[in-house]
Amino acid sequence: MQYSMKYIFGFAAVVCFVCSIMISTANVGLRERQEVNKLLDKQKSVLQAAWLVQPGEKLDRARVEELFKNVRPRLLDLTTDTILDDGALATYDEAKSPKLPAPENNAGIMEVPEQVQIYEVLDGDKVLMRVLPIVGKGLWGTMKGFLALDSDCNTIRGLTYYEQSETPGLGGEVNNPRWKALWKGRAAYDASGNPAIEVIKGPADPPEKAPHKVDGLSGATLTGRGVTNMLRFWLGENGYAPFLKSIRENGSV
Amino acid sequence: MKMNKKEREALIDPLFNNNPIALQVLGICSALAVTTNLATALVMGMAVMFVTAGSSAAVSFLRNNIPPSIRIIVQLSIIASFVILTDQILKAYLFDISKQLSVFVGLIITNCIVMGRAEAYAMQNGPWLSFLDGIGNAAGYTIVLMTVGFFRELFGSGSLFGFVILKPVTAGGWYEPNGLMLLAPSAFFLIGIFIWVLRVWKPEQVENS
Repeated sequence: MQYSMKYIFGFAAVVCFVCSIMISTANVGLRERQEVNKLLDKQKSVLQAAWLVQPGEKLDRARVEELFKNVRPRLLDLTTDTILDDGALATYDEAKSPKLPAPENNAGIMEVPEQVQIYEVLDGDKVLMRVLPIVGKGLWGTMKGFLALDSDCNTIRGLTYYEQSETPGLGGEVNNPRWKALWKGRAAYDASGNPAIEVIKGPADPPEKAPHKVDGLSGATLTGRGVTNMLRFWLGENGYAPFLKSIRENGSV
Repeated sequence: MKMNKKEREALIDPLFNNNPIALQVLGICSALAVTTNLATALVMGMAVMFVTAGSSAAVSFLRNNIPPSIRIIVQLSIIASFVILTDQILKAYLFDISKQLSVFVGLIITNCIVMGRAEAYAMQNGPWLSFLDGIGNAAGYTIVLMTVGFFRELFGSGSLFGFVILKPVTAGGWYEPNGLMLLAPSAFFLIGIFIWVLRVWKPEQVENS
């Protein structure tokens, strides 16, 4: 059967119209739930970095929201190293935040956002920990995670990655709770204030003896190097160092 | 509900007699990617089932009105819409699993099973039969995925559906997980073994050389 040109175009238009109606309905109808999920996912990683939840604990929305009552998101401006007011936080959009080209580094970081969202874990009015976002290159791809620092701005309370594509069973073990537990109590900076924390090859001594060293993951030397490099970058002068220094000197802001 | 012979064939045949992966050798790439554990394999299978059944039924419903010159692109638009719909639903209701499946839900569009069934079956048969055919083929796909996922999760992580069966050394147990199982090549071996076993069981599937 021969179809006229008019029919073919008409048919294509109708199919496209029906399909787009279907997709936009689903998109609009489900958007709210998806946004909630995304936020929840991020909040879970923050809680994990700060060890406010135990591995294997079931985390539903109510539990996360309850735990997050003691966590305050703040907006940190990395160009001035100051905390911005909450009004700026409300309109902050990570994807749209302007970025500056990063100085040369070995962590595979091309650009640094002008502003980043950090989290303060509170006990009443007192800040117990700060959870800082970190990002950098692992062996296969970009790794994104959070580093939790004690209120002394030096002692590490935890490290977690919520996005990584390292080899499962080797570098992927960065998310093994047993390895993550090794970070607790280590020191980020040495006595002269330079970032000193590193992942070494083989096992490291407990934090009292080797405060700046963490066990390597066997078979994942390059992932470990990536973790070291990104921590050195973010804890350094181009990352959070000036901000952390000002807190140490002037107290909480 | 009593099914007639044709309906039964459309639904049951693709499970073992005409399995899309084992006999037609379609849809291999996703079978390698999403089978490191059973939960993702199952959800992926269900997603493919929804897309294949839905798009086959829709294509079949329109089959007498689709101009042949644009039939492939029409099939593709319908399939793509179903895939986006599936992706949206997973993101809203099964966020953790959709994060693990990542791009592979979107890539169902390029899964040859879906388009293969639309072009080879739905264009010639009625909507109800095409729907059953879609369900059957996706079920055949799911069977392979689950089999591969079973072995990969059990020997690669020592668990099934996340429940620990063999406690791995990294969690303080005794089992040394087999790292190869977590990597894509192991799925190649497992699918190969699956096809081998299937063809020993059903020798008529062996190709004459």
